[in-house]
Amino acid sequence: MSELAELPKNSTATAASTPAPRPGRPRGDGPALWQGLLPVITGVAGFVLAILLLRGTGWAQAGAVLAAFVLVYIGLANLGRHRFGPSFDLTMWLCLIWVVVLVGAAILAPLLPLGEHEDIAATIGNPVMARPDPLSVYPLGTNNLGLDLLARLIYGARASLVVSVGAVLIGMVIGGAIGIAAGYFRKATDTVAGILSNSLLAVPPLILLIALATVLEPSLRNIAFALSLLALPSMIRMARASTLSFSQREFVTAGRAMGASNLRLMARELLPNVLLPLASYAMVIVSVLIVAEASLSFLGLGIQAPDPSWGNMIAEGEGGAFEQHPHIVLVPGIVLFLTVYSFNVLGEKARKRFDSRQAKL
Amino acid sequence: MAIGKLVRRLAELIAVLIVVSFGTFMLVSLMDADPAVTILGEGHSEEEYAAVRADLGLDDSLVVRYGSWLGAALTGDLGSSVVPPYSDVMERIAAALPVSVELAVLGMGMALLLSIPLAMWSAYHAGGRVDRIVSAGTFGVLSVPSFLAGLVIIMVFANQLGWFPRAEWVRLSESVGGNLYHAFLPALTIALAETAMFTRILRNDLITTLREDFILSARAKGMGTVHILFSDALRPSSFSLMTLLGIGLGRLIGSTVIVEYLFALPGMGSLVIGAANTGDFTMVQGAVLIIAVIYVVTNALIDVSYGYLDPRIRRAHV
Repeated sequence: MSELAELPKNSTATAASTPAPRPGRPRGDGPALWQGLLPVITGVAGFVLAILLLRGTGWAQAGAVLAAFVLVYIGLANLGRHRFGPSFDLTMWLCLIWVVVLVGAAILAPLLPLGEHEDIAATIGNPVMARPDPLSVYPLGTNNLGLDLLARLIYGARASLVVSVGAVLIGMVIGGAIGIAAGYFRKATDTVAGILSNSLLAVPPLILLIALATVLEPSLRNIAFALSLLALPSMIRMARASTLSFSQREFVTAGRAMGASNLRLMARELLPNVLLPLASYAMVIVSVLIVAEASLSFLGLGIQAPDPSWGNMIAEGEGGAFEQHPHIVLVPGIVLFLTVYSFNVLGEKARKRFDSRQAKL
Repeated sequence: MAIGKLVRRLAELIAVLIVVSFGTFMLVSLMDADPAVTILGEGHSEEEYAAVRADLGLDDSLVVRYGSWLGAALTGDLGSSVVPPYSDVMERIAAALPVSVELAVLGMGMALLLSIPLAMWSAYHAGGRVDRIVSAGTFGVLSVPSFLAGLVIIMVFANQLGWFPRAEWVRLSESVGGNLYHAFLPALTIALAETAMFTRILRNDLITTLREDFILSARAKGMGTVHILFSDALRPSSFSLMTLLGIGLGRLIGSTVIVEYLFALPGMGSLVIGAANTGDFTMVQGAVLIIAVIYVVTNALIDVSYGYLDPRIRRAHV
């Protein structure tokens, strides 16, 4: 501890006499190289050993793999701080990688060498409820119909992401337009937009979804439409608030003095400024919508089996299956958690950086 | 002045309620299927379907139908269910609502009980080890959907350890102890996400409050830390929390619905989900309307109560 406290002092003292250190290089106050490499190497070795030696032990293997991941995480965090300085945020990078891998896998799903994800007829000879084993043909196990969980996860990610991202985009376009108009024109437009968004907020999100699911066919298009109603009110409020803070600024006044029309002022002056906070907020909303879709599918009102979705995969564990075969719930559950967590972390970062209102407070 | 603001708020409230009730009423028109077919089932003659449609008033104009529906709803008549056993919607809701309200209140109470000490410890030792663990932990908990948390809680506490029952409910009127015992796990599931949210908000506000001069003067007078935290710092730090209670109410209702489904409890959630699965749109309409009214009115009350809690707001806005 005392060594750590001493180090920065030394480095500043020497910095005065010697030429300035190369930019981007650590000043010797981060962890040493071995503090990063050692955990990473032991972690990777532990992971390989756990996969090879603890095959078929279930919880013991899962525990060993988890411990190996923790070691690798600690090592990577130290390596990052060693290389990029103390502000290195490993969690954010891991979240970014997770989202990129997930989106990539979802887009490329038909091209990947995956097992069967929905055709029950093709899996008659397959093992049922196989435990996850990375060395077998079913790396994450199979469900009660012998369908491959990894394939179902990736096709489920497809459905989840298409629906949630589509809903956010619809919400952004419509909500953004209404919000900018409300913030720009104020008066009656503002009141109407306020009542509209308050009315949408007046029904709790899940209740609204269930109500819509009662009357609509559970197709991807309808689910995206229902979810976009959840995104709409916050998008309206966000766009309105940003517009309010920009509409009194000089560049808008200047535009108006030059004779620009209302439409032009909104589209060319306000929209570019409102878009960035809106887009960063969209990241947080995506995670909310992913949870909403999963909840709906879990309740049997969203995407219908045999089409995979994370929600209906988790629902397969209900009624005793979870107890005997925990992986039925845990595999999609962990993926859902990691995805929501990643979007939350990234959204939070983006919001801190781009939300002008936060910066002013 | 104060009256003017109140009237404005009330007018807004009524406008919102009208829009919501109209939206709820319009749900049926979104339906792809013919309501008459839903009610009678397939294979009836065209005349029978037409009779049902006329009976539902589907031949009248929209405004007339909305007017009569709203009029009936205002007198407490929400119609009867369109699927067997055609029970009265209001009766079913009246039986289910207390269960949901109790669960929500218990969950909220549990969350407050857990989050206030957690937030205080974190704020007092801001930047310390516990604070960092609490911060990371609450952020993680917020990323766990309530149905997932509920499933894991059921597996651990009800199935593996066998400490608590599942899928049973004892009414409060039958036995208070039994009721609380049966409500514990569902309330815990609801409380998880709420605790995380409350802790984060309260911690941030407490850190700001603890920097104020009156805290310093209390300390200078020789007050103990616990005394300062509870009687000096808590109240001025609780306003964001109050706002959150209003905003978070929607999430709370959502997780109550999920939890009722998971634990098979006879509340509004089970009622709505069951009705949604059978296409029982009058039941869903009635439940949505009641929930929305409760939600909107509660939020309005919280809004108005600010002024009474914080004299500064009273002076600034009224």
